[in-house]
Amino acid sequence: MNKIISYLLIYIIWLLLSWPFNPLKIQDILVGLVVAFIPVILFVKKSKKSFSKSSSKLEIKRIGWAILYIPVLIYNMIIANFDVLYRIISPELPIKPGIVKINTTLKSSMARAILCNSITLTPGTLTVDIKEDIIYVHWINITTSSRNVATKKIAGRFEKILKKVFE
Amino acid sequence: MYYLGITIIGIGIFFNLAGCVGLIRFPDVYNRLQAATKCVTLGTSSILFGIFVIKGFTPAGTKALLVMLFVLITSPTGAHALARGAYRYGVKLWSGSKKDEYSEEFNQKDIKISDERSRELSDERFGEE
Repeated sequence: MNKIISYLLIYIIWLLLSWPFNPLKIQDILVGLVVAFIPVILFVKKSKKSFSKSSSKLEIKRIGWAILYIPVLIYNMIIANFDVLYRIISPELPIKPGIVKINTTLKSSMARAILCNSITLTPGTLTVDIKEDIIYVHWINITTSSRNVATKKIAGRFEKILKKVFE
Repeated sequence: MYYLGITIIGIGIFFNLAGCVGLIRFPDVYNRLQAATKCVTLGTSSILFGIFVIKGFTPAGTKALLVMLFVLITSPTGAHALARGAYRYGVKLWSGSKKDEYSEEFNQKDIKISDERSRELSDERFGEE
């Protein structure tokens, strides 16, 4: 099942990339059918649990939260950019960098990967490593020494939504 | 529509420029990665989005959207890999850094092993030469 879905997705991406089709030749479309097999064989494992047990099927609610996640992410990205921009441009370089630990309550690997990427894209934080429940984050402007406050500040806004999507 | 697209592309170029300035001004690898991932990701994305706004759902516009998605996924992943690799290789944080909780992760034993390994590696390298 997993493989079929990935195959179709890859094929659709192939079609989009080779869009202006030459109407007389269908090579592009046929080659795509073959080429899409390669990444599926190489990289897609048999259905792994990227969702937790209780949520093997897609629900409308879940998709709704996933769609809501996109504007939240974009909003945070733009805020992040102005934040970093301010630090770059101001002459005295107002940074207090360091690496802090934060906790995550997310269980599935997919959710964690998305959380880490989101952390990297948002205000002044960069994921360095993840071990079990602990994420190491490089923070450009440390404002607190408590781990809980840092967790809330860095991951809080995404974790709530990701929990609803994946768990 | 054309002017809106041009404006978005202009904003993107501005952010890319800021990212480059940040690359020069910030003190260490990790801070520079911050500038490189944030400003350059949004800058490049908005350039591509500007192209999409101008071109619409034509072949070129759709490709711009696809590439934007690709950049959004790969850029933070690459930055993460670079930061982790740099730290494991032994690049120090800037002297003005406030905190380094990641160093707790490597206890004495690990450091010894990595020392031995690096010595082996350097031996191999010299052997080849």
